[in-house]
Amino acid sequence: MLESRAIGAEPLIRVENLTKHFPVTRGLLFTRTTGQVKAVDGVSFTIGRQETLGLVGESGCGKTTTSRLLLRLERPTAGRVLLDGRDVHALTGADLSAYHTRVQAVFQDPWSSLNPRLRIRDTIAEALVVNRRVSRAGRLERIEEVLHQVGLSPGAASRYPHEFSGGQRQRIALASALASFPELIVLDEPVSALDVSIRAQIMNLLKDLQAQQQLSYLLVAHNLATVRYIAHRTAVMYLGRIVEHAGTESLYRSPLHPYTKALFAASLPADPDAPREDLILSGEVPSPIDPPSGCHFHPRCPFAMAQCSRVDPELKAAAPDHMVACHLY
Amino acid sequence: MALARVVLEVRDLHAYLYTRWGVVRAVDGVSFALREGETLGLVGESGCGKTMTGLSVLRLLPEPAGRIVRGQVLLEGEDLVTKSESEMRQVRGRRISMILQDPQTSLNPVFTVGDQLVEALKLHHREPAQALSRRAEDALRRVKVAAPEQRMRAYPHQMSGGMKQRVVGAIAVAGEPRVLIADEPTTALDVTIQLQYLTLLKEIQARTRLAMLFITHDFGIVARMCDRVAVMYAGRIVESGPTRALFRAPRHPYTEALMASVPRMEAGMARLPSIEGQPPPLHELPDGCRFAPRCGHADDRCRREYPPTFPAGPAHEAACWRVEPSAPSR
Repeated sequence: MLESRAIGAEPLIRVENLTKHFPVTRGLLFTRTTGQVKAVDGVSFTIGRQETLGLVGESGCGKTTTSRLLLRLERPTAGRVLLDGRDVHALTGADLSAYHTRVQAVFQDPWSSLNPRLRIRDTIAEALVVNRRVSRAGRLERIEEVLHQVGLSPGAASRYPHEFSGGQRQRIALASALASFPELIVLDEPVSALDVSIRAQIMNLLKDLQAQQQLSYLLVAHNLATVRYIAHRTAVMYLGRIVEHAGTESLYRSPLHPYTKALFAASLPADPDAPREDLILSGEVPSPIDPPSGCHFHPRCPFAMAQCSRVDPELKAAAPDHMVACHLY
Repeated sequence: MALARVVLEVRDLHAYLYTRWGVVRAVDGVSFALREGETLGLVGESGCGKTMTGLSVLRLLPEPAGRIVRGQVLLEGEDLVTKSESEMRQVRGRRISMILQDPQTSLNPVFTVGDQLVEALKLHHREPAQALSRRAEDALRRVKVAAPEQRMRAYPHQMSGGMKQRVVGAIAVAGEPRVLIADEPTTALDVTIQLQYLTLLKEIQARTRLAMLFITHDFGIVARMCDRVAVMYAGRIVESGPTRALFRAPRHPYTEALMASVPRMEAGMARLPSIEGQPPPLHELPDGCRFAPRCGHADDRCRREYPPTFPAGPAHEAACWRVEPSAPSR
């Protein structure tokens, strides 16, 4: 498994062989399970302190389910998520409360993630009350502090979500995630609902906050250029599995897996003179209920060989700090 | 090479929405021309009026709030603004078609894909049902839907997003229109599917010499698809020109800032330049240049007077005082 850069120390997050299968059922009265959606199928990675791991892939590849497993919004079918060496799905009592302050999330849609009937200060206060990290007296001060950190004026505290634009709402969502002094923030498509000029503002803010507050991020995104700017390491997922995992620099300079290559070729550079590496994939992502045998990507892969349909390639090191699951390497 | 003929020309178009909060000047003096076989990209941030421009061309503004107040939309020389609703019905689908962002809402969930295609084909062909359904199958084959005979009987919910958008594309070109307005047609699709779809649109265009108005906010798509680009800000086109010129040497400060703020794959993790602030609300537009409050070069004249459009290069123009030919370089 590719280790995060923190050498020696235990990484903040260690994910081991994480698996989530959802049953597919038929019938209303006598329900029977007719299959399994293998949303996440044996995924392993680590996230170090003050490090960002980017998780990329197309819809249905399992990146959001992986992030939900980290957030304890789903229970894994198999495998573990370790926070400082302890299984987060086995936590109870005070340890569980501590987990909730240490791990926070910001989601894609800033229109649905804020309660329209609560003032901003009440939304942020809710996060503080639940987490009991700040005394009642210190609450207002903390609210103003986090609003300041995300670039909003203290006056924002007494207003309602509808008074803010998309970019500002995403700042508010970030403020309420920051309120309880988290160590890891799961960012699920944090900028994809925003306009280009606003996107850059939020991406810069995320980087500033990481440096100031020693945050770790799990960044789930489909936009490769966004990940390039924020993530130190990047993992590419396809049909529930990580097919390539490397330092972002290395991955973007020399992608190895044919799927990663196709994904890069398909993300159109904002340059009319950019070389056109047209690796246009035929077909679509197959159903995760009945994924192809061997390498899940082989039916769409232009380089598929005989063994690809039979033998499932293991994720192994192809270069320093660069792992790939492909028989070509 | 002689320039292809102009099929669609929009002149000084003003389309306003009359709302409770005041008059929203969504399209406020927009002009452009679209030639046969050409793709013009209309880019800008959400709420800048690009979708409203597309809807105005087809006279599909939301009723009763929306109204075209001034200007002309000339389709092969005929003004669409003065046409009656029944005359417009002869235009939509036959001479100008539109593809919207979300294929789910463009298709009727209770009819099969085949029925909906045949319906569109009837516009152009008076033929018995059997011949029409053969044509529909061909149309599906041309947009590269696998197993078209079976797909004819499928309902929209049985297809993936990419497939549905192909069907929408087949319906849009079934009436053999001269102009296709594509409003963010690939935003709902995954990147590998997006590339398939864009390639398909290019193939259709090469075959039929369609003129395309491509509405998008994605500069990657613009770079790949468009011959020319028009950049909109707060209801107006602030700069237009050949795609390469706009990318290489943008002249309007807004275009320049927007281009710079696009994250690029080849760049490292350096800080992104960003445009601070937000576009002005369209019902409270400032008198002068609408970008002035966010512009690093703005002076008193910019805040007072909206700049006219100045030539900025071959077939390239920008509405900015800094581009004024006699202007001292500031």
